[in-house]
Amino acid sequence: MVLVTPALALALTLLTGLLLFGAMGYAPLAVLFHFFIAPLADLYGVAELMVKATPLVLCAVGLAIGFRANVWNIGAEGQLTVGALAGGALAVWFPDGASPLMLPAMLLLGIAGGMAWAAVPAFLKTRFGANEILTSLMLTYVAVLLLSALVHGPWRDPGGYNFPETVLFPPAATLPLLVDGTRLHLGALLAVAAVIAAWFLLARAVFGFEVKVIGLSPAAADYAGMSAARITWLVLLLSGGLAGLAGIVEVTGPIGQIQPTISPGYGFTAIIVAFLGRLHPLGILVAGHILALSYLGGETVQVTLGLPQGIAGVFQGMLLFFLLACDVLLKYRIRFSAPAASPSKPA
Amino acid sequence: MTAGLDTVALVLLTIISAATPLLFAAVGELVVEKSGVLNLGLEGMMLMGAVCGFIAAVVTGSAALGVMAAAAAGMAMALVFAFLTLTLLANQVATGLALTLFGVGLSSLLGLDYVGFPVEALPKVAVPLLSQVPFFGPLLFNHDALVYLSVAMVVAVGWFLGRTRPGMVLRAVGESHHAAHAIGHNVVLVRYLAVLFGGAMAGIGGAFLSLSYTPMWAENMTAGRGWIALALVVFASWRPGRALAGAYMFGGITILQLHAQGLGADIASQYMSMLPYLVTVLVLVLISRDTYRAKLKAPACLGRIFHPAA
Repeated sequence: MVLVTPALALALTLLTGLLLFGAMGYAPLAVLFHFFIAPLADLYGVAELMVKATPLVLCAVGLAIGFRANVWNIGAEGQLTVGALAGGALAVWFPDGASPLMLPAMLLLGIAGGMAWAAVPAFLKTRFGANEILTSLMLTYVAVLLLSALVHGPWRDPGGYNFPETVLFPPAATLPLLVDGTRLHLGALLAVAAVIAAWFLLARAVFGFEVKVIGLSPAAADYAGMSAARITWLVLLLSGGLAGLAGIVEVTGPIGQIQPTISPGYGFTAIIVAFLGRLHPLGILVAGHILALSYLGGETVQVTLGLPQGIAGVFQGMLLFFLLACDVLLKYRIRFSAPAASPSKPA
Repeated sequence: MTAGLDTVALVLLTIISAATPLLFAAVGELVVEKSGVLNLGLEGMMLMGAVCGFIAAVVTGSAALGVMAAAAAGMAMALVFAFLTLTLLANQVATGLALTLFGVGLSSLLGLDYVGFPVEALPKVAVPLLSQVPFFGPLLFNHDALVYLSVAMVVAVGWFLGRTRPGMVLRAVGESHHAAHAIGHNVVLVRYLAVLFGGAMAGIGGAFLSLSYTPMWAENMTAGRGWIALALVVFASWRPGRALAGAYMFGGITILQLHAQGLGADIASQYMSMLPYLVTVLVLVLISRDTYRAKLKAPACLGRIFHPAA
């Protein structure tokens, strides 16, 4: 059943997509073909899929661990942005850097940046009881504005014809490519490594056990002496760090500089990825590629059919709707019976 | 002197326009959250309201029908959310995000043929006599009907939540759904109605953007206002009156930032835009840390799934 509902949700999304585009007067099969199949026709397309899946998987793996502990970090987009800024700062300040240590240092700084940004909701939650959904969301907008302020201001490339972009990162600050002729970079392997590490943490480590107990039964966890505050800190730092890594991987990989838009909403889409992947690291690896296809397909139909890129959002939204709806089959047993006599209601 | 006054009046007028869509969305979401539901799909509902209101106004030629269509579109979106979270007991955070993604995408698809289409802005309704008062007249009493409606909604919601029995039931449902259920209230029905109201308000807020603020349709034209409205509800600590003040303050910051940009102070504008979000975090911390002042706090059941044991 755990695997049946995502498949069912995917099938329903495709079916509804067919009906929707038919109703709107487009040739539905052509849309679906250009959306889901055409992008993967060649090696470059497949590599692009993996390039787009990388940040999604990195963010989603961290978020899923948090969700399991009932910690709702929805600010991965902001943590991703700050990670890109913290790591990218090195390349901006040392545009001629050639040290082999530069790239590792940037990656570490990226992780630290994401962690720092996630530490704020963690502190406010554990110290003051402030809802982490709201704080992490607010901080996302602060991060995106900070990015905008930096690329429009002090970090703007002086030789860049006044475009709001930083200098192009030097080769020493760029992730090596895995396959020539594509944009597939080392980050894809980092994402796989994160998946394996997260699987180990959740399935084999005490930390993972604590996360699950706290998520399923806070009272039992408390009775067993587990500290909810400690787990809140750890899962937020972990998810923030992974989101920060996703950010620095984006700017040192496919983008190669810092631009006003680093991510087309990867941090938010990663929440869908986490759910579609059943909050399981291996499931997330698969789900990340499915959602990456929705971005890729959105770009393709924009070019070939002139449809707005927002169509990717339609598919993403529908997929999550159907997935959540199908989950009712997993979580509850539906019984068909006459409703119990309800108590009389006051008007 | 008079020229200076005119400039001030003009700036204040633009602040009122900037605040109105925020106010609609926030007042709707406030009722939703008071009933214990967190709907993060505001942005999507506003966009659907904006595009459907615009299309309806263009097709029928009637702004009133446009606004009604916008409310209906917002409610339709809210119904999807309510069905998933209240009937199928899905996670509210995930469903709300999906609603936003879906609404952003679908609105850009629906509005494809209407980009750059002109439409007549909502007519101004001058209040007789009062609008003749110098300075304050044009400032306060010469707006389109939606501006008056937004303020009226604040008063109505404040009265409803604080002074009526159904309003108290709604708050009870938001504070403890099990207790409300136990004494015989229909938790799910109350929440359905609250969510639908929130959808209608968000839709109208969107329609204000596409029919009055900038009378046209552009992809993604809400530009994050749904999220600001969400922040606004927290900032207002779930009080309608404070939402009004907050909306005008947030609207004011938006306008100030535009003017700062015009004066060439480009960098300052982003830092200024951060203020609403930072202040919201601060308010959230202040109201969360004080355990004794429960009146200020988030509704206790905010975002929780209600599944009656029986």
